[in-house]
Amino acid sequence: MNNEFNINHLQFLVQGAGWTVILSLMAFAGGGLLGFGVALARISRSRWLRWISLGYVQLVQGTPLLILMFLAYFGLSIMGLTLPAIVAAGISMTIYVSAYIGEIWRGCIEAVPRTQWEAAECLALTRSQRLFKVILPQALRIATPPTVGFMVQIVKNTSLASVVGFVELARAGQVINNSLFEPFMVYMLVAGLYFLLCYPLSWWARKLEDRLLVVRNSVTKTKKGIGDVQYCES
Amino acid sequence: MTYKFDFSGVLAQWPLFLHGAWLTIQLSVSATILGLLIGTLCAIGRRSHNAWIARPCSLYVEIIRNTPLLVQIFIVYFGLSSLGWKVPAYAAAIAALVINIGAYTTEIMRAGIESIHKGQIEAAQCLALSKVQVYWHVILRPAMERVYPALTSQFVLLMLASSITSQISAEELTAIANRVQSDTYRSFETYIVVAVFYLLLSLLMRTAFWAIGQAMFTRRRRLGTPM
Repeated sequence: MNNEFNINHLQFLVQGAGWTVILSLMAFAGGGLLGFGVALARISRSRWLRWISLGYVQLVQGTPLLILMFLAYFGLSIMGLTLPAIVAAGISMTIYVSAYIGEIWRGCIEAVPRTQWEAAECLALTRSQRLFKVILPQALRIATPPTVGFMVQIVKNTSLASVVGFVELARAGQVINNSLFEPFMVYMLVAGLYFLLCYPLSWWARKLEDRLLVVRNSVTKTKKGIGDVQYCES
Repeated sequence: MTYKFDFSGVLAQWPLFLHGAWLTIQLSVSATILGLLIGTLCAIGRRSHNAWIARPCSLYVEIIRNTPLLVQIFIVYFGLSSLGWKVPAYAAAIAALVINIGAYTTEIMRAGIESIHKGQIEAAQCLALSKVQVYWHVILRPAMERVYPALTSQFVLLMLASSITSQISAEELTAIANRVQSDTYRSFETYIVVAVFYLLLSLLMRTAFWAIGQAMFTRRRRLGTPM
């Protein structure tokens, strides 16, 4: 490689961006599946399930993702497994996503009015019928905007997979910078690529949110309020 | 699996860990205070009728919220030094964290400010309160009261995110953990200990914020609304 930024560098960055997308999709799929279980366990009738899932969420939400990455990476290696970095990154991202998205979805399920549960019960539906046929379809509507919003967090947080040596966008930037020594330009470019990945998602989340508010306002004639579905970002 | 856990070597380094935790607290508290200041100013700026003030504020929020903190830290640290502006790692870490949390605080404070009823502001103007008085007593304090839970969880997340500054070897808990694990060769044990430290720190921060909330928002306490 010569010391000028050229098309090969750009290609390498775009390739890194591709891996970022793949890791994000893995994290979303795995984390979503596990998170759905967490959400259900959090509203379960069994006290044990509620306590265990609460403990899990508090544990994961109280630990930085960076530390989760290190734990997955070194934890897998002491079990005698030499797995590619993407596995360690995928596992820690899955755990991280499941704890946050599980809480978001729990909030959405609980935002469905209590009377819906009671009405379904009056129709002699079983608990699982009530949940899957009455509550979840309504919760899905409420859940879409914050879920899309959280996808932005997932994409951004995959950048931490670079610490376990997975070559995604941020790592690709580091590699290129090591040969070019032009950090400002390289990292600005990397930031620009992340922005291109994230901004459409943010925009979509906002549109969905506006639409949901319009629906809600026209149905219940309530004022736009904050705090219905609170979630935070990092 | 035949791995034998051995925490003795790691736990022998406890003064180092405590020192690291203290540095993390310092880092997060200074970033929180400065970030709250910037965020509040930007939230006010976004309401401005002057597009030259409102536009840059929303641009700042969009750019920061759609790029990873890791890259922001790299830009501040490596980028600035390559432009001939040499900053120490710790200062760069604080700067990057402040820039980051400022954008999130802006969004949260904006939500709070928007939730203030227009009639309240008009009533305050009728009482001949000055602009500053209206902002402080009628807009900012009640807004802050409303978004306080969201704000504090964002600040706890900031504390956790401050671990990322170890990537530019700013001195804090994770950086110290990296050092301990390369000294003791007990990486898994080291990071388990550090994870426990972070858990305790987030618990500590939540408790502190709860206490601050109790002291600051007495009206809410009297009404018995849970924080």
